[in-house]
Amino acid sequence: MDRVEGESGNFNVTLRKKPRYVIEDKCTGCTTCVEYCPVKYPDQFNQDISNNKAIHIYFSQAIPLVAYIDESCLMLKEKKCNICSGVCKNNAIDFSQTEEKVEINVGAILMAPGLKPFTPPVTDQYGYGRRQNVVTSMDYERLMCATGPYEGEILRASDMKHPHNVAWIQCIGSRQVDQTLEGGNSYCSSVCCEYTQKQVILTKDHDADAKCTVFHNDIRSFGKDFERFYQRAENLADTRFIRSYVSIVKEDPVTKNITIRYNTPDGVKEEEFDMVVLSVGLNPPADVQGLADKFGVQLDSHGFCETTSENRMKTSRPGIYVSGAFQGPMDIPESVFGASGAGSQIGELLDKRRGKMSVERVYPPEKDVSGEEPRIGVFVCHCGANIGRVVDVPSAVEYAKTLPNVVYAEEQLFSCATNSAQAITDTIKEKNLNRVVLAACSPRTLDDLFRDTVREGGLNQYYFEFANIREHCSWVHSKEKEAATEKSLDLIRMSVARAALLEPLQEFDLPVTKAALVLGGGIAGMTSALSIAQQGHEVHLVEKDKELGGMAKQIHSTLDKMDVQAYLGDIISKIYKHPLVRVYTDATITNAAGYVGNFITSVNSERGISEIKHGVTVVATGVDVYEPTEYLYGQNDKVMTHLELEQKMVASDKKVTDVNRLVMIQCVGCRNEDRNYCSRICCQESVKNAIALKEINPEMDIFILYRDMRTYGFAEDYYRQARNKKVRFIRYDKDDKPVVEATQNGGKSVLRITVTDQTLNQQIAIDADVLALAAAVVPSVDSKEISQSFGITLGPDGFFKEAHVKLKPVEFAADGVYLCGTAHYPKLISEAISQAYGAAGRALTLLSHDTVVASGSVCEVDEKKCIGCGACVTACTYAAIELKESKQGSKAVVNAVLCKGCGLCNAKCPSAAIQLKHFTDDEIFSQIDTAIPELVKV
Amino acid sequence: MCSGRVDPEFVFRAFANGMDGVFIGGCILNECNYITHGNYHALNMVLLCKKIMEHIGLNPDRLRVEFMSSGEGNVFVDVVNDFVAKTRELGPIGEAEGISKEELASRLAEVRHLIPYIKQVKSDKMQARLESKEAYEGYYTSDEIDKLFSEAVSYYIDPEKCKACMMCGRRCPVEAIDGGKGLIHVIDQDKCIKCNTCLEVCPEKFGAISKIVSAPVPDPIPVEARAITKGE
Repeated sequence: MDRVEGESGNFNVTLRKKPRYVIEDKCTGCTTCVEYCPVKYPDQFNQDISNNKAIHIYFSQAIPLVAYIDESCLMLKEKKCNICSGVCKNNAIDFSQTEEKVEINVGAILMAPGLKPFTPPVTDQYGYGRRQNVVTSMDYERLMCATGPYEGEILRASDMKHPHNVAWIQCIGSRQVDQTLEGGNSYCSSVCCEYTQKQVILTKDHDADAKCTVFHNDIRSFGKDFERFYQRAENLADTRFIRSYVSIVKEDPVTKNITIRYNTPDGVKEEEFDMVVLSVGLNPPADVQGLADKFGVQLDSHGFCETTSENRMKTSRPGIYVSGAFQGPMDIPESVFGASGAGSQIGELLDKRRGKMSVERVYPPEKDVSGEEPRIGVFVCHCGANIGRVVDVPSAVEYAKTLPNVVYAEEQLFSCATNSAQAITDTIKEKNLNRVVLAACSPRTLDDLFRDTVREGGLNQYYFEFANIREHCSWVHSKEKEAATEKSLDLIRMSVARAALLEPLQEFDLPVTKAALVLGGGIAGMTSALSIAQQGHEVHLVEKDKELGGMAKQIHSTLDKMDVQAYLGDIISKIYKHPLVRVYTDATITNAAGYVGNFITSVNSERGISEIKHGVTVVATGVDVYEPTEYLYGQNDKVMTHLELEQKMVASDKKVTDVNRLVMIQCVGCRNEDRNYCSRICCQESVKNAIALKEINPEMDIFILYRDMRTYGFAEDYYRQARNKKVRFIRYDKDDKPVVEATQNGGKSVLRITVTDQTLNQQIAIDADVLALAAAVVPSVDSKEISQSFGITLGPDGFFKEAHVKLKPVEFAADGVYLCGTAHYPKLISEAISQAYGAAGRALTLLSHDTVVASGSVCEVDEKKCIGCGACVTACTYAAIELKESKQGSKAVVNAVLCKGCGLCNAKCPSAAIQLKHFTDDEIFSQIDTAIPELVKV
Repeated sequence: MCSGRVDPEFVFRAFANGMDGVFIGGCILNECNYITHGNYHALNMVLLCKKIMEHIGLNPDRLRVEFMSSGEGNVFVDVVNDFVAKTRELGPIGEAEGISKEELASRLAEVRHLIPYIKQVKSDKMQARLESKEAYEGYYTSDEIDKLFSEAVSYYIDPEKCKACMMCGRRCPVEAIDGGKGLIHVIDQDKCIKCNTCLEVCPEKFGAISKIVSAPVPDPIPVEARAITKGE
């Protein structure tokens, strides 16, 4: 990127495109050139652990999957060698390429430059770069990976042996845990606790006998389902989580093992490990200042992109947006919904130009091959080494050629690469194939891509069948190559049998009602509603209370000093002023029906009874606060929740501001058996209130009794600030909770809080005037009803369950229904706003189209066979089947739009009259019957 | 497609093909991604099949259903390895149970023939979703299954009464009724799914079709004797 000129709505961007020296369209990604290239240099993608060549493909799933030539090339440096040009069978090498300048005109810019892992300096005590068996977590990540330096073998650099005793050291470069560490950051990197737990679990998968030890500070499992994940890691055999600062004492000169010194309750201990992993934190991207200067955006004090709590996606320059870790350290779901959210804001900015530059995809006309004999083409994918290393792919190809109806078979390196998919399309035409079997990975990942591929070849997309020889074969049988090959043959044979019976199916277009229903008038619901309305769609905003605002009505500021009431007042007024937003307060949902693009919901509100037609639904129904039953809450008016404390502080109530001593207890009502999750926001809330109280009354003694302080990200700075203001933090264990009693001290009634001081290892008693409880965030009482009405699910903790915890954090499994705010999981206001924009962004991808496509794989009734027993009607939860009278008696009829293709009705039908298309009895029988053909013959 | 799509026929077809074990993997109970909780349907079906297996002398451990998340590859591996090991221990199907090949084939054929009938008789019970896995304990009893087999019904067309009106033949969902105009109708017992349709549609004035319970069906009348002479 050279420069950005212009302004919001009209930027001119100048890019410099470096020469690849390989013609993209000609390169097949065969990597023969890589094999012959004489120049070895460290493979950057694999953290420089193994070597790559001057000509190489950056990584095994790069898009496009073609080679490029690096500066280390002899031809470029010394005008000699040129071996690659000689060995390339496709004449794809082109040394005459030069750098190109590309100018583009855009309306908005989204910056997503990501992050740079922290690299510990060679000189420090850990000795990264000096000691061979000290690696960073990023190095370790590559070591564990099937496409890593040793193809998934975790090996020590010193002796190329498997380490059996691995230690992780947390917070390297984060939280100023090690103040001597050069370049260390003050903030918490937010993701390291979790990725370390993942690495422990994967290490045990690699080697069940491995010993894993994690030296940590606070365990910050604040994300959705993370508490359970932590428990899973912690409960593995031979796995220890040890809370201690550490130092590296020495490296054994012979074994190169590393000795770590750490604290235990019984004193300092030294222990030797085979390998030490430094859990490094996240830094801003490389040359971040240069990047910021080019784009003309401001950076914050940590060097990340400057944004506000009100809008984490807007940079300081109008028209330029940011998503991902450039906003600050974050996990995948936040990154994903932030990206959708930035997309929605760009949609608002450029709404008038929406669709003006898009071109409709035109597929070749579909050939009618239904009358033809099956002509099956089989493609067997190596998936790089993923399959090819275990399964004998060439013999699988030869075997496929012997199967009935197979007229063609070939192997492919990566079938998913653009050129391989093109090869499938071309082969369909050349060999006149009418069905395609691909033996590769799971249909979960790439079914859509290959359906598209066969469509490009002029076939109906349902003439495609996957044989999963990766997840179901090579990955689980990596040590039994021959048996794995045999199993692959079985799987291919079964798929070929099924393919012969496949039928062409038609998908159909459903009209979309271009309006949204947003459930919940809190910050998330309103933000989402407004963003959708700003893009030209009618929004019906439904709130159960008499007024808008939700939980935020009780919150006055955030840790980073956002004025919540000002934001709330502003957005409520925008909602009421917006001509496309209709607000329903004091509302209840009385009925919900319909499906993606065509929902009908009845709402009883102060407007009376309304029947709302809408194409999408956004669920932003928020949460409730746990009402504590512990610590004398409700029995003693000195005990209150943080929300109550905040109200009293705002009202300048002297009963909380003008006291000598105040105690806060964390994790009240969560991280326990009843609620096995972390409420995520309470540590920030307590630190916020502690700092605010210290500012009002610096003399006040404040104690925070905690289990793990989870002030993740930049909130860590405030945690430190609170410590500097002499707020006392005392850690307690889950099994040794503080005890609270009302008593007298010097004639004054006080609350006596007894807790074990783990540093002194003795009980201490604190006589407090006020006790504030960090009460858990609990799912809204209405969640269950809403989940049933809209056909969406709740997770084990009672929060709404998104379609995918990492990759689809605002979508539901049910099409056309989206999720945001705390209904998804407790989160900070800034995060709820990002997710609300994210839900709006996803809703817009649907609302901006006139139609949605419904699957062809739905149920169909053969009327002749139907006996009208109604078993299918009972089995169908989607109410997609009804009995209709005909001359031949009562017959079941399927509404294909409502049918989701689960097939429950099929298993109940006594006469096989109802069949799930694409998974018919005959298609499945064919697989059962060919699974072990020699047995069938008996 | 959901694990609840798995039909008893899939299971018994596999056993009839000589498979020693059948494994069904479903999503974790109560964590259905949809609103159907079809995995409970799968569990229900498996319990029914296991009882039927016991009834015909097969070890019910040859059939297993397990529930896991798609993210738990390791669990899947453990469970499948365990199932394979246990099935190996059991030994070859039939042989291990002391049933001859021919006998096993005949018993399985009978079961498969009765599946449509079982689906009708047990329709409500097969649909029920109980609270938890534990609640299904003893859901189907051996007595119940024994009765199901011993009291299986059959339908029979009385050649004396049949007027060859073709009403039943046209309506039979599985084309199990032989006969045409002027030919006495005969039910092909191998094809019949015992759905009662023929009995319902046979004109009342003929009353040619009867339901037979726990008794053998009379042999069909010979083909050459089926023609009806007019005015008879």
